[in-house]
Amino acid sequence: MSGFDKVVSSYEEAMAGLTDDMTIIAGGFGLCGIPEGCIKQIKSMGVKGLTIVSNNCGVDGFGLGILLEDRQIKKMIASYVGENALFEKQLLSGELEVELTPQGTLAEKMRSGGAGIPAFYTATGYGTPVGDGKESRVFNGKHYILEESVVGDFAIVKGWKADRFGNVIYRKTAQNFNPLAATAGKITVVEVEEIVEPGELDPAQIHTPGIYVDRLIQGTFEKRIEQRTVRAK
Amino acid sequence: MALTREQMAQRVAKELKDGYYVNLGIGIPTLVANYIPEGMSVMFQSENGLLGMGQFPTEDEVDADMINAGKQTVTAIPGASIFSSSDSFDMIRGGHVDLTVLGAFEVDVNGNIASWMIPGKLVKGMGGAMDLVAGADNIIVTMTHASKHGESKLLPQCSLPLTGAGCIKKVLTDLAYLEIADGKFHLKERAPGVSVEEIIEKTAGELVVPDVVPEMTFSA
Repeated sequence: MSGFDKVVSSYEEAMAGLTDDMTIIAGGFGLCGIPEGCIKQIKSMGVKGLTIVSNNCGVDGFGLGILLEDRQIKKMIASYVGENALFEKQLLSGELEVELTPQGTLAEKMRSGGAGIPAFYTATGYGTPVGDGKESRVFNGKHYILEESVVGDFAIVKGWKADRFGNVIYRKTAQNFNPLAATAGKITVVEVEEIVEPGELDPAQIHTPGIYVDRLIQGTFEKRIEQRTVRAK
Repeated sequence: MALTREQMAQRVAKELKDGYYVNLGIGIPTLVANYIPEGMSVMFQSENGLLGMGQFPTEDEVDADMINAGKQTVTAIPGASIFSSSDSFDMIRGGHVDLTVLGAFEVDVNGNIASWMIPGKLVKGMGGAMDLVAGADNIIVTMTHASKHGESKLLPQCSLPLTGAGCIKKVLTDLAYLEIADGKFHLKERAPGVSVEEIIEKTAGELVVPDVVPEMTFSA
């Protein structure tokens, strides 16, 4: 069964083959459920000209934000950005290109990309700047625009637990875009908090089946909180 | 008197029904959760993948893996479910959410809404707003009726880039509750003590005013 063993022992091995100008799809929402170790590895590799597909771009000094420090990102495809000063600066200076994409369309681009569907119609964005220049069609009296799917050279994903075969379970709202990203990478790298033996996870509870996963690594995570909001006891 | 933010939330809460799944935007819409009528069960959807959002956690309950769409730490109520972003937007785009409440910069007589982009200012993104307005049938927009300089935000035609076209039918401002139909605003209710004349003066788009415009009432 070793042919199904996806575990790699280092982040160097996990991200091997990543080169300049590649497209990377990343899971995470804000700083929740982001593949912290893969992002750090991309920074240390120094690859440039990257296109990153992710809902957000981290913050200054953490998450995808650290890839801005050495200008490794050429283009960002995201629904909401600008939580970091460096992003704003590079955007205004023209060093960084941004393709703002509605959040549901972004999720669907990943899912359909992973499912071999090259494009899909959606009502989201019709009549707005997002729909400009895109093919549109009417179905049952309602307007829809054609959106193209995305596939990444790499997908980087944060899971909670996985078995050695790459069957992954996510924890709470750290799931978000991760299972979609996992389907849409030519090489999908998953980092998790705990790796267990096959058979230890309930097959019916798996979120991402191992067929989507190429490399699996156990990492340690800071899990920084963006907006800590509490109530009194 | 114009409505306070809390009164606007209270008025929106009157549109809730028992068993409703509701998505609340950031700002005034978020306050609606404080005014769920007694004896009524409502479940809040957070588009990052949570149906059944609860209150903020206590210090002991804080969990970095448990956040809402505003990236704030939250809890889940008993009976909640958690899922992926695509499942979340299937609910939204598929029209499964019963009520959506969100803010805006402008709306117009044709139900167009502008809420995400002011040219010349830094644009941070639309997040899930375009999906919400395109997918939902029952949407209430909450906004001030006019800008601080007195310029109407209820227009013949939106001047800012749109978030969605022809998708808004209900608007609650600090002065009035209005509905949009047949290319016109229809005045339905006014804030206590606000005159019909003031509403007419501050509504730039065509406005239909019935003979009697009831005043909103609020319990203390």
